[in-house]
Amino acid sequence: MAFLDISHLEKSFGATRVVKDFNLGIEQGEFVSLLGPSGCGKTTVLRMVAGFETPSTGSISIEGKDIVGQRPNQRNIGMVFQAYALFPNLTVAQNVGFGLKIAGVEAGEAAARVGEMLSMIGLTELGSRYPFQLSGGQQQRVALARALAVRPRVLLLDEPLSALDAKIRVSLRNEIREIQQRLGITTIFVTHDQEEALSMSDRIVVMNGGIAEQVGTPFEIYNRPTTRFVAGFVGTLNMLQGEVTDAKSAIVKLEGQSVRLPRQVPAGKVTLALRPEVVSLKAGQGHDVALPGTITDVHFLGSVIRVRINTGQNVISLDTFNDAASPPPAPGQQATVSFASDALLVLND
Amino acid sequence: MTRLWSWGMLAIGLIYFILPLVGMTEFSLKMRRGEYSFDAYDKVFADPKFQETFTYSVGMALFTIAFGILLVVPTAYWVRLKLPGLRPYVEFITLLPLVIPAIVIVFGYIRLYNTSSWLPLTGTAMGTNLLLMFGYTTLALPYMYRAVDTGLRTIDVATLTEAAQSLGAGWFTILARVILPNVLVAVLSGAFLTFAIVIGEFTMAALLNRPAFGPYMQLLGANRAYEPAALAVIAFALTWGCMGLIQLVTRFSKHTRAQR
Repeated sequence: MAFLDISHLEKSFGATRVVKDFNLGIEQGEFVSLLGPSGCGKTTVLRMVAGFETPSTGSISIEGKDIVGQRPNQRNIGMVFQAYALFPNLTVAQNVGFGLKIAGVEAGEAAARVGEMLSMIGLTELGSRYPFQLSGGQQQRVALARALAVRPRVLLLDEPLSALDAKIRVSLRNEIREIQQRLGITTIFVTHDQEEALSMSDRIVVMNGGIAEQVGTPFEIYNRPTTRFVAGFVGTLNMLQGEVTDAKSAIVKLEGQSVRLPRQVPAGKVTLALRPEVVSLKAGQGHDVALPGTITDVHFLGSVIRVRINTGQNVISLDTFNDAASPPPAPGQQATVSFASDALLVLND
Repeated sequence: MTRLWSWGMLAIGLIYFILPLVGMTEFSLKMRRGEYSFDAYDKVFADPKFQETFTYSVGMALFTIAFGILLVVPTAYWVRLKLPGLRPYVEFITLLPLVIPAIVIVFGYIRLYNTSSWLPLTGTAMGTNLLLMFGYTTLALPYMYRAVDTGLRTIDVATLTEAAQSLGAGWFTILARVILPNVLVAVLSGAFLTFAIVIGEFTMAALLNRPAFGPYMQLLGANRAYEPAALAVIAFALTWGCMGLIQLVTRFSKHTRAQR
């Protein structure tokens, strides 16, 4: 059994089933992200783990002990909220020491722990400030220190970076990951930002409509999505329509060309997916598929140029690096897109 | 031209409010023939009845404030947190004392809690004091509830509660150490309004026959000339003092500065 085990978890609000048969095992020290669009049930799962919502059915256990019947203040689970939730009437140091005071930790030890936490987040000199005197990033770091000061068994992060601006988001996510790894604390991170999930997590749970569509490492989720939703939600994707002509040999007809797929598929129409970065305008090593077409759009994105090519039945997007020595292709120009057939993903619905 | 009109209307308003006060204050200073003096104030302050009734009313006001806070803060908090659908009904109930006259409430009390009832509160001085405190709490309820509810609106009650819970806090700790300190300015506003109401209240205290400041003012007004005016000025000063304290507390509250 995993350190944190969520089994057959369900939650309904009235007639609406928000979470459906959710199962997940998290090992000690693991960083798992729940990734999905708004309303997919990820925050509800987190809130059930925290104890703020009661599951309709199912169990949640930590170290083999079911915690569903325990009140939130008995679970020893730390939580960081999107809206920081620092106590406005307390200073930074008092906020960090709040949980220690509740737990009855001796004053000297509590002060030492607060100092240690403030030093960990790099805000030692701001201990006497009030939350309104801090920036958003600083407030969220204090919230993290406050949650960690009581040495919780599990840390829950509910979209903690969503309210911050882009630069601080990136630096804080690195900081959170670094602290998590240093302390080895089991963490569940809820986000709708795929970049955050991919860059921070040991494993990602992609959720849709209350169910876990796919659970895997960031590499697996990005490179081997198993459903159309996961493929579409994580990263940019080209969807290509083809027809299986020889199911046994996994041969599919794509834009009039026969292409061998990496795995067998049933006969009939099939949806294939292709990441923009595996497609090239120049034939590369291992590229065994070449589709001629017309360039329809060119978007200059700085270091990368995104080109869209109409190949007849499909429109394919691809990314090429910006090369200052050669001008980008122009719309209307004829071009050939090439890729390796191994890169084609066969998606389940 | 518009500006002139505005200033004109403001001047008329000020005269309407201030002139009677100036007149009353001037009259209260005229006890000694031919010169201004504080004789009326001296007499009032020297009167043992004044000291007795004023002390009694201040004590009642403090108990009313304490009971009001204990009743209103958890109620308003719970309604916001768990029963938001009930808010309009609770607001309606808290507004009832504004439309039900105090005399109706006190007659209801006397009928319900007289010496031949199942809970004979009016049978003892302590019981009557308790009843009067409940009555005052009812009268102050619209102001206290509104003040606290407005205070709760300025903080994210649900998230702060969950944050405190996740740190191990129980309901009492959350109320005492997270919610109350963050709505303290609002609670103090309600408390000062309660104080002003209790100090000047006449109907309930008179009908329950308690030695409060309101009935004393009425008694003095019926029998003396200058002292009632002095007493009225003192009562005004007390009320304004309370209003000033609300402003002061708001201004000096450290952690709410950012919200203003």
